[in-house]
Amino acid sequence: MRMANSALEANETFMYQVERVKKKNRKLSFIKGMLFLLPSLILFSVFLFYPMLKTIYLSFFLTDAKGATTVFVGWDNYKEIFTDSVFLKGMKNTFLFVFYTVPLTVIISLFLTVIANEKLKGIGVFRTIFSSTMGVSVAAASVFWLYLFNPTMGLLNKFLELLGAESIGWLTDPDWALFAVSVTTIWMNIGFTFLILLGGLQSIDSSLYESADIEGSSYFYKLRRITIPMLSPTLFFVITVSIINAFQTFGQIDILTQGGPANETNLIVYSIYREAFVNYQFGSASAQAIVLFIFILLMTALQFKLGERRVHYQ
Amino acid sequence: MMLSAGKKAIFYVLLIISAFLIAGPALMAIVMSFMTNQDILTGSLPTTISLDNYFAAFTRFPLLQYFLNSFIVSIVIMLGQLILSALAAYAFVFLEFKGRDFLFYLFIATMMVPFEASVIPNFHIIRDLGWIDRYSGLTVPFFATAFGTFLLRQNFKQIPKELREASQIEGIGDFKFFLKVILPVSRTSLVTYGIYSFLTSWNMYLWPLLVTTNDTVRTVQIGLKQLQTQEQLNDWGVIMAGAVIIILPTLILLFLGQKKLQKGLTEGALK
Repeated sequence: MRMANSALEANETFMYQVERVKKKNRKLSFIKGMLFLLPSLILFSVFLFYPMLKTIYLSFFLTDAKGATTVFVGWDNYKEIFTDSVFLKGMKNTFLFVFYTVPLTVIISLFLTVIANEKLKGIGVFRTIFSSTMGVSVAAASVFWLYLFNPTMGLLNKFLELLGAESIGWLTDPDWALFAVSVTTIWMNIGFTFLILLGGLQSIDSSLYESADIEGSSYFYKLRRITIPMLSPTLFFVITVSIINAFQTFGQIDILTQGGPANETNLIVYSIYREAFVNYQFGSASAQAIVLFIFILLMTALQFKLGERRVHYQ
Repeated sequence: MMLSAGKKAIFYVLLIISAFLIAGPALMAIVMSFMTNQDILTGSLPTTISLDNYFAAFTRFPLLQYFLNSFIVSIVIMLGQLILSALAAYAFVFLEFKGRDFLFYLFIATMMVPFEASVIPNFHIIRDLGWIDRYSGLTVPFFATAFGTFLLRQNFKQIPKELREASQIEGIGDFKFFLKVILPVSRTSLVTYGIYSFLTSWNMYLWPLLVTTNDTVRTVQIGLKQLQTQEQLNDWGVIMAGAVIIILPTLILLFLGQKKLQKGLTEGALK
């Protein structure tokens, strides 16, 4: 009885010690994990989470020119921007801009990807050219197109002249400006979209095409029945990324039109920039930033939700 | 898949037309950068070819200084992003600890916050730190990245876990294992992400516009804007020369790393 008891006791102390070691190990591995993650976590806190919360906070206040809050105004900043015709126009045009740029960028890039996926001599050169606009910065791209759109010297109007058509004020005519900015954006984004789509296309199992060849399927049948369906996860990815990028457009507006003419190209990020850093209205600029945040949040959530089965992050 | 000669010809025609349309604007800029202003204004083909525009761009503007600034900023951001995301990716793949999943979701959450939406307080933070017109203000806010962490994590996951067990038995600690084994093994993906990181940093526009007010730290992108707005005489040749110079480093990098990028980014996006 005594022996059994002491054995039990010894066992208990042993278990206790095991528990303690385990606990210590858990604590150690927690500390170790945190050490690896700490640099990122600190910077995220300072430059991402805190500023985001601060933006929400600022959106309920009026501020002075230095950005310090002066008067609490509740939802007034939001009420104001949603009754402000300039902001509403900017929102409408941001959506129009997404609608102009995203489908065309994806369709053109898809076309380029399909023709650049053939096994032909010198295909590498074409692939390099098609992806090259990814290396062109927004400032450089805007300068190129600023010249192309120039009313008197620009190649586009010279071309119209040659055809005997009337010249167009690409960047000064309210009917054309958003379109002109869209063209520039599409050209800029083709490189990245092409590169991602080509990667997706090349990871399609080639045996699918081989068996289709044996059955004697036509080129377009294979395109419709194999290429497009197998590419759909990649397509989905580039579409959501393009939409998010379109919402964040800034540089081409700043160089090409400065939001004009008549606020036609005053897209949301440019509008935030102007409200905050030109007019020093940090409160209402923050309210606009929150609207932008919500749109991007919805797009990213959609991407995770719909892409869940294919985009494995975990 | 074998193609008949006719089909081949169709593909080549399509490829060549597309290549001209895509490369057109950049080609035009390159040609203009060697033309005299008179030729540009009259819209004629180049009658003489000269380097005058490049000379003017470098002498009339502190282009060399901008170039150096952009180089420093891009390299620093690239290194910062590589180090921080490799460390974080290591923790998510090889270490197990309480709260790891929560932290992982926190990283995912950062992808939902666009930089543009938090740019106002960020600007105030940098101003209050006294980092306006400093390299630190241009670089530090971008060091932590969820995208880089996910991309490297994807790659680290393919490294057999047995490697770590073996090194633990030999008494090699995690940090040493990370430095001596993981980083060398995943060289390729580090280079791929490095190229991507350099490209995007070099091409940044909004943030450098906000936090630089003079030539000492101004980057090439903002320099080009200055060049374009200050050229009173509409000297397009000089402007184009400036634009060509600033896209040269990224184009070269892209040409060298195109295959790697294509593979690496697709994997990061869809694996």
